[in-house]
Amino acid sequence: MKNSKYFAYPYVLWMVFFIVAPLLLVVYYAFFNYGTGEFTLANFTQVFTDKDINYVLIFLRSVVLAVACTAICLLIGYPAAYFLADKKLKMPAVIVLLFIMPMWMNFLLRTYATMNILSGIPFLERLFMNNVWGVLLGMVYNYLPFMILPVYSVLSKMDPSYIEAASDLGASPRCTFTRVVFPLSLPGVVTGITMVFMPAVSTFAIATLIGGSKVTIIGDIIQRYFGKTSTWGIGSALSVVLLLFIIIGMLITNAVNMRDPARRKRGASGAVKKQTV
Amino acid sequence: MKKYLSVLLAVCLLAGCCMAFTACESKPVLRLYNWYDYMDESILEEFEQEYNCTVKVSYFTDNEGMLTKLQAPGANYDVIFPSDYTVQRMIAMDMLHELDHNNIPNIANIDRKYLDMDYDMGGKYSIPYMWGTVGILYNTEKVKEPVTSWDILWDEKYKDEVYMLNSSRDSIGIALMKLGYSLNERDDKALEEAKAELIKQRDSGIVKAYYVDEVKGMMAKGNAALGVVYTGDAIIAMGEADFLDFALPEGGTNVWFDAVCIPKTSQNKELAEKFIDFLCRGDIAFRNVDYIGYCTPNKLAYEQLDDEIKNNTKIYPDEEYLKKCEIFIDLGEKTDAYDKLWLTVTTSN
Repeated sequence: MKNSKYFAYPYVLWMVFFIVAPLLLVVYYAFFNYGTGEFTLANFTQVFTDKDINYVLIFLRSVVLAVACTAICLLIGYPAAYFLADKKLKMPAVIVLLFIMPMWMNFLLRTYATMNILSGIPFLERLFMNNVWGVLLGMVYNYLPFMILPVYSVLSKMDPSYIEAASDLGASPRCTFTRVVFPLSLPGVVTGITMVFMPAVSTFAIATLIGGSKVTIIGDIIQRYFGKTSTWGIGSALSVVLLLFIIIGMLITNAVNMRDPARRKRGASGAVKKQTV
Repeated sequence: MKKYLSVLLAVCLLAGCCMAFTACESKPVLRLYNWYDYMDESILEEFEQEYNCTVKVSYFTDNEGMLTKLQAPGANYDVIFPSDYTVQRMIAMDMLHELDHNNIPNIANIDRKYLDMDYDMGGKYSIPYMWGTVGILYNTEKVKEPVTSWDILWDEKYKDEVYMLNSSRDSIGIALMKLGYSLNERDDKALEEAKAELIKQRDSGIVKAYYVDEVKGMMAKGNAALGVVYTGDAIIAMGEADFLDFALPEGGTNVWFDAVCIPKTSQNKELAEKFIDFLCRGDIAFRNVDYIGYCTPNKLAYEQLDDEIKNNTKIYPDEEYLKKCEIFIDLGEKTDAYDKLWLTVTTSN
């Protein structure tokens, strides 16, 4: 269809109103004085030099927690996705459904439920309530499906003939995995990492509910600045810094992904595939 | 043919909608904006029948959020339930209608002493709906000594056993009271001292967590020895677990009021006043207090309460004790300093 581009207009409108405009507002509040409307860097100066609140430490804590959460999700999620994608598995749809099912419930309700379960069992209460481990547990619980699903979707679409070819050529199962399966699944892994890291670094409520506000992460501070007080300038400046962290995180994952030889050679393997077909 | 039929259907639908709208419009609508779970809502049907109107209810969870919503364009609430210091702030901001007491004859049921409050002398803009105190809920299996003052919340014996309120005014207020200052202290030196107390309490590991609504549930599970709660929450928690007891510090505490007001956004002040009058009726006030468990300023409702509650000085403290208590006053420009102080405490270490 010649005019098919018009079909994209609803989304363009959506983007303008719900993504671009709010972003511009946040940037505006961060760089301009709320009252007078003059350009100022005071909000940023305060973020980096406040003598009462160590925002830098809070940022670092949030990033470390998010990286740990992403790593754990990858360690648990990859094998899970791998076995889910196994063609011999009976009823994989049911198991995938079980993975997705918690996502049918709202994130806040899920966190309240986690809090109530952890605080109701003395042994778990001592281990996980009001400390950093509980916050990490809550994050992993919430974001694990975001890792499993993209990896699963890449693995389940992988042509089994690659694996057959690898073993035909004498590769051990281990070698097949490290040299063939894993490199081919990298796009899914990268998507998974981005989809877990981004919400994890900016998450809120988990640290207030499971952490009992004893562990402070940046998402809760921003939420507080906007929801309970009227100091939107600092809240916006914090959001802009957080945005930079996320962009840097994405650039790193993309760079790692691009440097991988298997990915660069993918064009060639694709050509091979076409010939065999 | 099909086309005509669909046009006909669409017209019918449109007409139906219009009729539905006009049907609604013919009955006056009263819009309430209340705290969540803060009223026995079966009373609303009675009001609707008695005054041939429709009542719609929206909810808020904190005064600040309510205030923001009321200032937004399009706000059209008729009756709101702000707390003491917020009433004071809203009067200063010219956001409330003056109440015509002639239209609210049942105001006679309200105990006179609750109408002459500092935040609104004589009840010109607000009528008290509920009141209560802040006290210490404790686990009798873990706390063997009598709970008499705020100092126990700083006792190293109860390391990792204390739930504090995650609310700037309440927790800073407790530290100020412990130090012998006023709850509404504006002096920077006193506030610095309160901050040091709260940071000490946190750094020495006494505070287990900072919660608000969650404290009662956690205490009922037996997870800690002491927790700061509002009276109503204490009553609910004690109903769930018999090992819990409630104490008010001997030196006094914060007494708070939630009032009923008509904001300037109201388009039907007459009906709003009728509703306030309805709330002040003895039987209605009793049903509300019976449902939510806080203290009532309504004389007729109070008389109907069980003796067990009426004579419980932890729930309804005596006059002498109340004299030692303080009510929050709007801090004006100092509000931000309190917020910053509290953020500093909760993010320290």
